[in-house]
Amino acid sequence: MTTATVTGKPEEPVVATKNYLTEEGTTLRSWLLTRDHKRIAILYTLSLTVFFFVGGAAATLIRLNLVTPAGIFTPDIYNRLFTLHGIVMVWFFLIPSIPNTMGNFLIPLMIGAKDLAFPRLNLLSWYLYMGAGFLALFAILIGGVDTGWTFYTPFSSLYSNGYVVLALAAVFAVGFSSILTGLNFIVTTHRLRAPGMTWYRLPVFVWSNYATSVIMVLATPVLAITLLLVAVERLLRVGIFDPALGGDPLLFQHLFWFYSHPAVYIMILPGFGVISEIVPCFARKPLFGYKFVVWSSIAISVIGFFVWAHHMFVAGISLYAGLVFSLLSYVIAVPSAIKVFNWTATLHKGWISFDAPMLYALGFIGLFTIGGLTGLFVANLAFDVHVTDTYFVVAHFHYIMVGGMVSAYFGGLHYWWPKVTGRLYPEWWARIAALLIFFGFNLTFFPQFILGYLGMERRYYAYPPEFQAWNIFSSAGASVLAVGYVLPFFYLGWSLFRGKRAGSNPWAATGLEWKTPSPPPTHNFDRTPTVTRPPYQYRPEPEPQDV
Amino acid sequence: MGSLQLLPPTASSHAADMDWLFAALLGVSAFILLLVFGLMILFCVRYRKGSKVERGNRLGRTWRVEVAWTGLTFAAFLVLYFWGADLYVRIHSPPGEATDIYVVGKQWMWKIEHPGGQREIDTLHVPVGRPVRLVLTSQDVIHDFAIPAFRIRQDAVPGRYETLWFMPTEVGEYRLFCAEFCGTWHSRMGGTIVVMEPSDFQRWLDSQDPGPSLAQEGEALFRSYGCSGCHGGAGTVRAPRLEGLFGRPVPLEDGRTVIADDRYIRDSILMPKAEIAAGYPPVMPSFAGQIGEDDLLKLVAYIKSLADKTADSAERPAP
Repeated sequence: MTTATVTGKPEEPVVATKNYLTEEGTTLRSWLLTRDHKRIAILYTLSLTVFFFVGGAAATLIRLNLVTPAGIFTPDIYNRLFTLHGIVMVWFFLIPSIPNTMGNFLIPLMIGAKDLAFPRLNLLSWYLYMGAGFLALFAILIGGVDTGWTFYTPFSSLYSNGYVVLALAAVFAVGFSSILTGLNFIVTTHRLRAPGMTWYRLPVFVWSNYATSVIMVLATPVLAITLLLVAVERLLRVGIFDPALGGDPLLFQHLFWFYSHPAVYIMILPGFGVISEIVPCFARKPLFGYKFVVWSSIAISVIGFFVWAHHMFVAGISLYAGLVFSLLSYVIAVPSAIKVFNWTATLHKGWISFDAPMLYALGFIGLFTIGGLTGLFVANLAFDVHVTDTYFVVAHFHYIMVGGMVSAYFGGLHYWWPKVTGRLYPEWWARIAALLIFFGFNLTFFPQFILGYLGMERRYYAYPPEFQAWNIFSSAGASVLAVGYVLPFFYLGWSLFRGKRAGSNPWAATGLEWKTPSPPPTHNFDRTPTVTRPPYQYRPEPEPQDV
Repeated sequence: MGSLQLLPPTASSHAADMDWLFAALLGVSAFILLLVFGLMILFCVRYRKGSKVERGNRLGRTWRVEVAWTGLTFAAFLVLYFWGADLYVRIHSPPGEATDIYVVGKQWMWKIEHPGGQREIDTLHVPVGRPVRLVLTSQDVIHDFAIPAFRIRQDAVPGRYETLWFMPTEVGEYRLFCAEFCGTWHSRMGGTIVVMEPSDFQRWLDSQDPGPSLAQEGEALFRSYGCSGCHGGAGTVRAPRLEGLFGRPVPLEDGRTVIADDRYIRDSILMPKAEIAAGYPPVMPSFAGQIGEDDLLKLVAYIKSLADKTADSAERPAP
């Protein structure tokens, strides 16, 4: 925790006398009816953690089943496990992960506001999320769903025996939670910036969440309509997607991916934001190419709406559609590459320290780069004909979603933990967890690229024996990964009670969130701050820090 | 437990092309990866906190660097794009002499019909060195016909014909998988592709229950479903004759022109009002729900077999 010693400014009183954790009272009621964005962020964090472990438990069973070629579970149980894993991880963890926890907590602090623009809507968004979550868990407990998270028709609408409509209802409802959060962030960013906080002085984290919010507001309604149509076809036998009733199964895929591809960017853009905060802080240098990083996020959120059919190269779309969607998919790879180069260039001539958040950030860059580059493989028309629906695709998107987004989530969690809780966590444990996650992740998912090229298909509970060796590597990696994910649960929990007091700015970071005590008071700032400089004005450490 | 295999068997004319494309993608990725990782590691070591290296003269004018790496990456990406697009177009352009084999997916089996009427389930026999065009459809949900050794796959979508072609280059047995999740026994919906020497293949064809060919069965169905009543030329209703139709352009009532391919024939049976041939009253009833996928394939095969025939001009009503 060496950086903590050079904050460059006199420490304020170690415990803020009034902070958001105690100011409104400590009763359950005071938490469940709170309108404070920080408390709502805590509510989200706790509920997301539960869903992360539910989804993770399903993943553990999946990897256990795949140790032997014959499988351990019955196919029906296995099919329910991967559906549960997908639905919970996508809609109840990844999509809300960074926006609803850190975004909720930090956006008002970072722009110098007292709260989000619509505090009641923010609380409603959490209740919608919880209601939807209970519905999803209920569907799982009474028998589960076996459609996969993609709900492809006509399987989901007419053939599946699971509780499909309940699951559809859960996803439908959680979508409204996303929309409300997105709306709140957009209005907040436009209307509540402190004096002097111009758009180009906004931290990249705020920009990223802004871009994410635009996608949430524009794409989620399409998902809602699509899922509703599936339910209508399933319950009322109105022919929409099933050709036996006069419908078109490809129509479902177009509508579904029109949401679900932009949703991939909902899941990764906030991660870009977190990394863009952490890297400059621990390299003690301004972010390289700030405007390029910002505009590449905006570019991704716009182009992201025009690449959806690259999920359908073998589904029966026309040759010309394939040519266009593949080209656009190559175009969208460029802004992602720009970001990676900019983070790398930020390290150049820096004064780099390797605290846990930085280890997560460096891990993120590495894993995201691999995930992004393999995106070029699956965006390639011909190559996709060989690997789509194989483990190659599974590995590719896990590198983005888990290697990327979950690493960013953990990086952000460690980086802002002192701000949120007022406590420091044990640094060495945190570094060990970061390393376990990085190596465990690669051991789990790298073999899956090879399996995919060999021809192991997705969603197989049993597979030919020649694929077993790589599957064993993958399952072994998953157990390392599981330890890496469970460790923080313990040491972060421990730090809540025994951790050293953090002070307002343990990393000597710039940014308004560090100018208020840790934990912050309910109204964030005693006086509304005035901003006079661009973000990330870091200097090499021997020089006096001007933060 | 099997050894650590790295590449699947290479057994079709597309397979080697695909492996080269894979190599190109790997090459570009490895270059970018080594560049990024190399620089990251170099910077992390050289500019670690407390190291005494000179840090003055930092990069200014960042936009130049940005434009340079944006342009270079995009150029490299474009090369990969065109490479893949070219191969994709070739995978979807079957040579004219390819043999048509019909494949129907259903939960959880592949039903295969050879033009000579030979039927197989979950196994496909093909001769080496001869192009084969598969016409795929499904009877229930979406399936996907995937042959890793040939580096190809295609969804079998209910209500549609999708096509795919390949030319086997190595005699042997290869795995066939269903690659689109289709329910409980998805993982078991697969089988074997048996690639044989042409002479062995012929012997295999002959050893099968000869039975009527697809087209002959289609002809019988053509009568039993009553199609011949109008399309046969003897009836009172004026309907287009089907001899010489397949593969030729058909002018439509709405001014468009379509090619009379498998899809057009199939859609015209199930949805006769969708694409009405110019000059004919839209009186044909829909056969949707009455003719199963198996029978549809036979009817299509029959109409295809008429491609080289001509209708007796005396029977054709004046336009």
